Amino acid sequence: MGMNMETKLRDFHQARWDEPIIYELSREGERGILIPEVDEVMRYPDEGLEEIPQELRREAPPNLPEMGQMRVLRHYLRLSQENLGADLNIDIGQGTCTMKYSPKINDQLAANPKVSELHPFQSQETVQGLLKMMYETEQYLRGISGMDRFSLHPGGGSHAIFTIASIVRAWVDSRGESDKRDEIITTIFSHPSNAAASKLKGFKVITIYPGPDGRPDIEALKAAVSERTAALFITNPEDIGIYNSRIKEFTDIVHSVGGLCSYDQANLNGIMGLTRAREAGFDLCFYNLHKTFSSPHGCGGPGGGVVGVTEELAQFLPVPLVSFDETTGKYFLDYDVPNTIGKVKDFYGVVPVILRAYAWIRSLGEEGLKEAAKVALLNNNYIFKKILDIKGASAPYAEGELRMEQVRYSWEKLYKDTGVTTTDIQNRMFDFGVHYWTSHEPWIVPEPFTIEPTESYSKDELDEFIAILKHVANEAYTNPEIVKTAPHKSVIHHIDHDYLDDPEKWAITWRAYKKKYTGYFEPRKNRDE
Amino acid sequence: MEKKKIVYPYIPNSEPSVQKEMLEAIGINDIEELYKCIPEEVKFKGSMGLPEPLLSEWDLKRHVDGMMSKNASCLEYLSFLGGGCYQHHVPAICDEVNRRSEFLTAYAGEPYEDHGRFQALFEYASMMAELVDMDVVNVPTYDGSQAAATSLRMASRITKRDKVLVAGNSSPDRLRIIRNYCHPGVEVEIIPFDPKTGRLDLDALKEKINDGIAAVYFENPSFFGTIETTGQAIAEAIHSSGGLLVVFVEPNSLGVLAPPSRYGADIVCGDLQSLGLHMYYGGARAGFIATPDEERFVMEYPSRLFGIAPTSHKEWGFGDVAWERTSFAKRENAKEFVGTAAALWAITAGVYLALMGPKGMEELGKGILQRTRYARDLLAKIPGVKPMFDQTPAYREFVMNFDDTGMKVKEINEKLLEEKIFGCVDLSEKFPALGECGLFCVTEIHTAEDIEFLARAIAKVVS
Repeated sequence: MGMNMETKLRDFHQARWDEPIIYELSREGERGILIPEVDEVMRYPDEGLEEIPQELRREAPPNLPEMGQMRVLRHYLRLSQENLGADLNIDIGQGTCTMKYSPKINDQLAANPKVSELHPFQSQETVQGLLKMMYETEQYLRGISGMDRFSLHPGGGSHAIFTIASIVRAWVDSRGESDKRDEIITTIFSHPSNAAASKLKGFKVITIYPGPDGRPDIEALKAAVSERTAALFITNPEDIGIYNSRIKEFTDIVHSVGGLCSYDQANLNGIMGLTRAREAGFDLCFYNLHKTFSSPHGCGGPGGGVVGVTEELAQFLPVPLVSFDETTGKYFLDYDVPNTIGKVKDFYGVVPVILRAYAWIRSLGEEGLKEAAKVALLNNNYIFKKILDIKGASAPYAEGELRMEQVRYSWEKLYKDTGVTTTDIQNRMFDFGVHYWTSHEPWIVPEPFTIEPTESYSKDELDEFIAILKHVANEAYTNPEIVKTAPHKSVIHHIDHDYLDDPEKWAITWRAYKKKYTGYFEPRKNRDE
Repeated sequence: MEKKKIVYPYIPNSEPSVQKEMLEAIGINDIEELYKCIPEEVKFKGSMGLPEPLLSEWDLKRHVDGMMSKNASCLEYLSFLGGGCYQHHVPAICDEVNRRSEFLTAYAGEPYEDHGRFQALFEYASMMAELVDMDVVNVPTYDGSQAAATSLRMASRITKRDKVLVAGNSSPDRLRIIRNYCHPGVEVEIIPFDPKTGRLDLDALKEKINDGIAAVYFENPSFFGTIETTGQAIAEAIHSSGGLLVVFVEPNSLGVLAPPSRYGADIVCGDLQSLGLHMYYGGARAGFIATPDEERFVMEYPSRLFGIAPTSHKEWGFGDVAWERTSFAKRENAKEFVGTAAALWAITAGVYLALMGPKGMEELGKGILQRTRYARDLLAKIPGVKPMFDQTPAYREFVMNFDDTGMKVKEINEKLLEEKIFGCVDLSEKFPALGECGLFCVTEIHTAEDIEFLARAIAKVVS
């Protein structure tokens, strides 16, 4: 029989193929695919190698697996079954990442050969449809943000942050303030790349911590700003799911000392169409097309991070932009950006991701986008209420207040009561077929977990997730061993982490493994053996 | 007429009765109460100016496909374009695997329930490691240019020196990415190439090398398709001053060409597009970085590195190696930064390498070398059309000069379009010293007939 509809718990076991490493499947001589023969007239005596100096020829063919085609397919399909994508689980345990439904039709639209088989240097006359799509996407993003110009280039959110840091660097340099404005202020509940990319672009990083209500401490901001402030890099709502209602004051404070304000909008999903970067006083912002705009996450990319700026800062954007020429009626790649930072990415952006975002916006329209935001809030506050009823769970900060699109919770009490950690809980959640992520470091919130239900999941699915969480929390109190030794029904069992941090022990490739070990992790006594 | 409430297929809880039930559970009456924390001054009340929605899937499909029908693809035209993005055959299995829901829609799961992606990425790294002859390969970054830029930053940190020398025959767009990425902190100086051979000017390079130089960087093949034959001498020059050699290599050439480690490269980088990724107008890229398995290299990667580890039940387990390097763990005290980049394309490149195997990569390389030579020789027979750098062997791409035809490359390309040919990458603006030059590209998909068709079309255009 199927899952128990009363308890909402599944008798789950993930696929477990015990699949060998691909090199263990190799059989000399097998072929996975044949490639076109060289026509007779193009054949040279030494198969093209005659012009290549001996020392530049490969001595022996690369040691790659040799496998028939179906064996390759089967190996990878087994690996895919040992992976739990958003299409298969109630993927709300990966807060901050907006694991929403990626509509299948959009994948189909992006796979069109009239998209996939285009070359970036082919005549722009022959890509007018694609350029129009990119141009229109920018128009929509302008409307959603209130910004004046967008670059579609960056390959992900962190890459967008890096692009913004590059623009701030160019802006500071252009004003002759390179040595003077050398600080960027961020908050501890903004994504770590805000701090890391700022440092890379030569800025000193100042991190603001929250006050008792969970919102970044405005007094700390006032104390941090000065004529050295180049910019504020901030998320709102932050990763704990609390909206900073004084955001306009924040941007005003930074502007009062002459700095710029950059809005990390990874957490756009709950506020889309309800409040915009422009009205909150930001000069720059970015969106993750693989989060809010539904493009699939692809095991960690390809993604898309689009950067929006005010008119004043458009002169620094990477080239080219996509523009429209009124006189010819043509779309074109526009390199006329006077103080461009140059380029941050090959060519013009992650086209299949941009196309999916375009299709998603077109399918929902203005009202649909707002509905998505509102339902993301509704789903989150519904689950918020239910999780607070679970023994051992809490949501630090702003007690009694509702939340935005996600919540950072804590198992601090459960840990004190039982010794079970959030990592233990995580490992046990897998036994019921759902993901669960702890949280970005550092763990300011003790034993944290972050839940973001987005608009994509039904009430019944949210109830199922809550039932699993409740069950596992209850196990922590009644049978902590089963939680601490989890997972039991996942693909594999407890991993020994010693092998990942010790240079003598780690092996990042199979050939490194073969140099360090024989059999199953038996160290080679002599590396040259 | 009252507007009908739409129940959106992507938003199950847009259904009114369930919304009511959930509001009751929360203890509020109206969904508006959920965003009362947004103050009036920043609430957006205007219109975003979005077009009317295409609510039915059919309407959406018709609209988007209709728009894309305005494009002419490289399946409809005969293309000889390269310059960083290449038309190779993408095996069906590559698409079959990367379109699997389990991989396509996964993200950041743990090594337990996302065991499959960890193993697939470990295997990808293992196969790339064999191809480039190194022991460490990263989970890829955004693109090859990013990989090149990070490789140079890594070299700077390893050597504690803040200047790098970069070959002038590298991709100009890549150099823009490197310059922006290295600024501030690492100075980038361009070393000229020899206009006769297309190779790096070794004497000019040697003059610039001193104990302040962190690394020398060149691309093999170069942007012009020429194969750098003096790699060993370049390596000796930079090593003798304590610097590192960084080589950007085309991985699909390595079935026949020696991996850069053989001529002394310390860090090898490149792009995966030619290993099973469709072109997507330049939108499908992934950057690899490979080094020896030494702590001084490994600890400088900003990327994630997946290692193999034992489990309590003697299974193959995996996990993040040296996590504390990354910005996820250390924010501004990390090595550069890391985030969502291009993992699915690495899985795809792994599938490609597994399908091709050693023989496939060897045959691919030989086939491309022969086609390159054939095409260059054939075009050179056209009056007024001269091959550039033709004393240097070339892989996949080659440069032709049209000065003696009295025509601009731009005009020639426009005329070729009439024959349904995408001709060549016009070099006249980025390399004005070369005159009217175009960069042509041939891969395993081109037959002798295709190349002859191009030659006839050019002959007609320039006559």
